[in-house]
Amino acid sequence: MAEFTLPKNSKVEKGRYFSADKSATNLRKFHVYRYDPSDDSNPCVDTYEIDMDKCGPMVLDGLIKIKSDYDSSLTFRRSCREGICGSCSHNINGVNTLACIKPIKDLKGDIRIFPLPHMDVVKDLVVDLTNFYEGYSSVEPWLKSDTPAPDGSERLQSKEDQKKIDQPSACILCACCSTSCPSYWWNGDKYLGPAALLASYRWLQDSRDDAKKERLKELNDSSKLYRCHTIMNCSLACPKDLNPGQAIAEIKKMIATEDLNE
Amino acid sequence: MTKETRPLSPHLSVYRWQVTNTLSIIHRLSGVALYLGSLLLPIWIAAIAYSGSFGQVILSLISHPISKFPLIGLTFAFFYHSLNGIRHLLWDIGKGFEPNQVRNSGIAVVALSLLMTAIFWWMI
Repeated sequence: MAEFTLPKNSKVEKGRYFSADKSATNLRKFHVYRYDPSDDSNPCVDTYEIDMDKCGPMVLDGLIKIKSDYDSSLTFRRSCREGICGSCSHNINGVNTLACIKPIKDLKGDIRIFPLPHMDVVKDLVVDLTNFYEGYSSVEPWLKSDTPAPDGSERLQSKEDQKKIDQPSACILCACCSTSCPSYWWNGDKYLGPAALLASYRWLQDSRDDAKKERLKELNDSSKLYRCHTIMNCSLACPKDLNPGQAIAEIKKMIATEDLNE
Repeated sequence: MTKETRPLSPHLSVYRWQVTNTLSIIHRLSGVALYLGSLLLPIWIAAIAYSGSFGQVILSLISHPISKFPLIGLTFAFFYHSLNGIRHLLWDIGKGFEPNQVRNSGIAVVALSLLMTAIFWWMI
């Protein structure tokens, strides 16, 4: 049964307030979720005033500024700062997206930064992605072919066939989609979630892959695949403009139209 | 640090309500409402069969002005659930998945079901 409220140890409390220098005129407030595993206290939301004249344009710049100016213990994942590594995914003003490619000026009012929703928090904005990665690896995201690669060359593919997998291959596994999905919130232990299913779709669509039936049989399960009720939060959240919701619908169509018993 | 002691990050309380998940939850709720509402008819018929005066009591309950509100709600649930069901059928054949289509078809379904509810109650 779905739990709609947070457990006792997860209730978010009021945190500290950090004021900017008195001379600053272009202020924006950042409310950031904090949790320190080294003491027994609950998570809280700290507020930081940021002088936008001395801060870069993206939400990630704000986080880095908080870390360097106010509290070096603030913990978050980031790496490439250009939307290709998928590390800095957060819930920003209520929607999951990448902090590095989200301009602060696109956000109205105060900026609210939370960890990805319904995940176990390791520290501050860092969540435990073990279960997310397990879902990904369970779809066996690699080429399965019955024939050896041609001598001295790659397995060549036509432009049309490549087009089918261009989109799903662009997934960076940031987990924005899966953690925006209410179905994944309540059934993340059994349901694979949009990101893993999009990865599966990428191989189901690959003209060089020979394991289509085997993959579909594995997915044909009331929990793994059919916990998707086409809610579609996933496709609205994806910061790479991919469409995991549509990919899942296509997988359902494949299962409905293919004879899996052959 | 064991897994059990880790806090769960906020979900429903922080996620901004999207057209998508809002309409999805209304679809479920309207389904439950229709299930319960459809019980009204057999209850009424059974009451008439039991005794005419008992049937009269149920009828006067249904036709009481205050009963209009749940009945209007039920009509909306019927139109919404049917129209959104068509939206789901279109998705099932792989149509209408672009984010703007997803949003617009949702808004259209709500507007149409409000309109049809209004026409229905204006006509009876």
